[in-house]
Amino acid sequence: MYSKKVMKYFRHPRNMGEIKNADGIGKVGNPQCGDVLEVYIKVGKNKKGKEILKDIKVKTFGCIAALATSSVITEMVKGKTLNEALKISNMDIAKELGGLPPIKMHCSVLSAEGLRKAIEDYYKSKKKMN
Amino acid sequence: MKRIYLDHGATTPVDPLVVKAMLPYFTKKFGNASSIHSFGLEAKEALEEAREKIAKKIKALPEEVIFTSGGSEADNMALRGIAFAHKRKGNHIITSSIEHPAVLETCRELEREGFKVSYLGVNREGFIDLSDLEQKISEDTILVSVMHANNEIGTIQDIKEIGRICEEKNVLFHSDAVQSFTKAPINVRKINVDALSFSAHKIHGPKGVGAMYLSEGTPFNKLVFGGHHEFDKRAGTENVPAIVGFAKAVELAKEKYVKQMAGLRDYLIKEIEGRIPDSKLNGPKGNKRLCSNANFSFAFIEGEALLNYLNFDGIAVSTGSACSSQSLEPSHVLKAIGLPHEIIHGSCRMTLGRENTRKELNFTVKSLEKNVKKLREISPLRKGVKYNKEEFGHKH
Ligand code: FES
Repeated sequence: MYSKKVMKYFRHPRNMGEIKNADGIGKVGNPQCGDVLEVYIKVGKNKKGKEILKDIKVKTFGCIAALATSSVITEMVKGKTLNEALKISNMDIAKELGGLPPIKMHCSVLSAEGLRKAIEDYYKSKKKMN
Repeated sequence: MKRIYLDHGATTPVDPLVVKAMLPYFTKKFGNASSIHSFGLEAKEALEEAREKIAKKIKALPEEVIFTSGGSEADNMALRGIAFAHKRKGNHIITSSIEHPAVLETCRELEREGFKVSYLGVNREGFIDLSDLEQKISEDTILVSVMHANNEIGTIQDIKEIGRICEEKNVLFHSDAVQSFTKAPINVRKINVDALSFSAHKIHGPKGVGAMYLSEGTPFNKLVFGGHHEFDKRAGTENVPAIVGFAKAVELAKEKYVKQMAGLRDYLIKEIEGRIPDSKLNGPKGNKRLCSNANFSFAFIEGEALLNYLNFDGIAVSTGSACSSQSLEPSHVLKAIGLPHEIIHGSCRMTLGRENTRKELNFTVKSLEKNVKKLREISPLRKGVKYNKEEFGHKH
């Protein structure tokens, strides 16, 4: 049912956990449906002065697909600019994992959404500060 | 890696003695039990001997045992066969909300065909309310179908009392005894039951064979047409090797295994409760629980993930979590006992067999402890934190 890569990420999920003093937090999902995601980001700047994702961590309550997608997305976006990160779609995540069973596609939507919310949260708190 | 099998509620390994008993009926004694030459007679003899053995186990008459392709067919046959034969008397059927899909789906189909079905709710331990049953029986009621032991949470219903109520109200009573057969005593002479369903592969027999008990003289419309096999109640050449294996499995199911499993079950429950915080046993404790069943919910984690982490350690269990099923619908049984969805998602069913050992259970508890902890560490759910739909705005 699941690709080898999905199982690899499920078995050894990367970047799981929280970031203390995160710059942005994205919470998505619904425990009733069986999946909840918290995405924590730390924002930095690259050489060109653009904002990048310096660090990212997730906490996931969910199935194999939820764990694997939320784990792989952290690797996909680390070091990327915020704009680049926002462009990552759930299809990209599924592709990166060698595909997902159709019934589990919504779990990948969640990861992309979680990241988007975390970045939005960052922008919001930045506005407040200015 | 040594593998540990704790999913006997799904199926059991076939006992080598069962295989041995079956073998001659494939190649040497292969006759059709309906043929009247020596090959056929040999098969017929084996068939009737098997029927007697199974009948004896429940104190029934041999002609009250009808072989089927398994438990699901027996459930379908009993419900439909009785319902249609009694249609003139009424069209109301009563069942419980925690039945096996073989009963529930048959009931839904009967509803589409004009019958009315009432689904009895259950309490937190999975028991139906007997006074509720009594109240729901009306003039129109023709059949009550309540399972003996629940396959997910092991609740053993008081079928003696249910039978008594049915007798008093003059309605027929069917019970799905697939999980309980040989694990909880059934004596059809002592309980007023008209039909029962059994399956061989849950008791170390082969897959694809089961039986329906139908009390003598009960009006019944058959489901499978063709020849006049099985007292004209189910057509089709009997699967003699499987039936012989079924009977052998029944013969090998000893009382001592029930005690042994119950001991292991209690040990497992005690260990998990003692060592894993925020774990909750689903279903009752003690002798009202199937000897082989332990079902836990572990808060804050998801069952498919847990099942697979256990599988990496070589341990086979099952879960009622929606995420592992094709439909993404969580267990209807755990819903019926009132568990919230997020708790249902963290459910894990362990079902014992007679070859399991305490050592295996110790290893399992250790693995559970480790993996529950691991999943909790990466889970955003935790005590006291409430998540609500509005906040998350996510649709499944
Ligand atoms: S979390 Fe339920 S299907 Fe993915």
